[in-house]
Amino acid sequence: MDGMHDLGGKQGFGPVRFVRNAPVFHADWEVRANAMYPLAVSVGLINMDEYRYAIERMAPRHYVAATYYERSLTSVATLMVEKGWVTTGDLASNAGGSFPLAAPGVAGRSNVDGAQDYKVGDRVRVRDDWVSGHVRLPAYVRGKSGEVVGCSPPYPFPDAHAHGIEAAPEPTFDVRFRAEDLWPDSSDAAYVHVAIFRSYLRPEG
Amino acid sequence: MSMIENGQGDALSYHQQMAQRTDAVAAVFEAHGHDVKKHIADFAHAVSERWVPENGARVVAKAWTDPVFKAQLLTNGHQAVTALGLPMPVHHRHLVALENTDKVHNVICCTLCSCTAFSIIGLPPDWYKDLEYRARVVRESRTVLKEMGLDLPSDVEIRVWDTTADTRYMVIPKRPANTAGLSEAALAALVSKDAMFGVAAI
Repeated sequence: MDGMHDLGGKQGFGPVRFVRNAPVFHADWEVRANAMYPLAVSVGLINMDEYRYAIERMAPRHYVAATYYERSLTSVATLMVEKGWVTTGDLASNAGGSFPLAAPGVAGRSNVDGAQDYKVGDRVRVRDDWVSGHVRLPAYVRGKSGEVVGCSPPYPFPDAHAHGIEAAPEPTFDVRFRAEDLWPDSSDAAYVHVAIFRSYLRPEG
Repeated sequence: MSMIENGQGDALSYHQQMAQRTDAVAAVFEAHGHDVKKHIADFAHAVSERWVPENGARVVAKAWTDPVFKAQLLTNGHQAVTALGLPMPVHHRHLVALENTDKVHNVICCTLCSCTAFSIIGLPPDWYKDLEYRARVVRESRTVLKEMGLDLPSDVEIRVWDTTADTRYMVIPKRPANTAGLSEAALAALVSKDAMFGVAAI
């Protein structure tokens, strides 16, 4: 989905709030909140793609204002309601009156027909696909051309896995793009590498 | 932190509100028969003792001193680090080690969320998960790194790696000069977490 989470290349942001050797946690609840998604995975309530998709479905105003740990917790709570473990009302009353959740999802999709494997050095083009469900493709490479520099073992296909749809696992290909091709005349010179599922690619030329 | 109105009209601090929501989620697990207290204790132990950047520092120091290991690491990072006894989560099936040189600088990010090789280089800090870094580092890498204190020479090629799948990346920083006599352990002590993300030199 073309959601608020898909931030790569967006303009208007200020300096990174960077401190050297920054702490990971600032409050006890953050550690406890961060422990919830792996627990949900380990007891079989959710998978990682469902988890990511529920974060992406947060209302943009909520997403932007929330801390990372709030986003994580919101996803687990949303999926608990959607899977019938608790009602919205019970969650909110247990949380002191308010527990905003993510918006409902839409339909997903299975593997793309005709997708093929690539080897290092192949030129590829990212398909010009517009996916309203979960997709692990940053919009800044959609339709762009690059070169394969690496290949992974097969992973569950996110567009299906996040929606409970059967699909074959797919390898991902590390594809190298020129920043100047992604954002002509408006980027620093660099190579940008993105790990891209087989279904998102087609051969170039 | 900002104050938030709750349903009763009382103003609670952000941290109080989030603690209540966390407890509410934990209570649902408990109601379904899961031992949340034990899970949280195990998780807290893992983040403070097991998934620590000292793991990655050990990998980097070994790569600096052992050419056979370095070749293994660059060929199959997952196999190389698990052979050292380091943990990788089940869904992290592939680890790519990225070697910095005098002419190439690698930096990692996750523009879509927060993905990191956290069991090797440590859990990602706020800045990595914040909107600013995720939006800007792919498009303005040299500018962002300079703002963060890493002013790279103009002839150094920058390679940004966006962690958009379950492949994980770690940066092998350049070995500092004048460290020829140091032991592997002494070298590991020099390797910072920031350097393994690619936002600092050593």
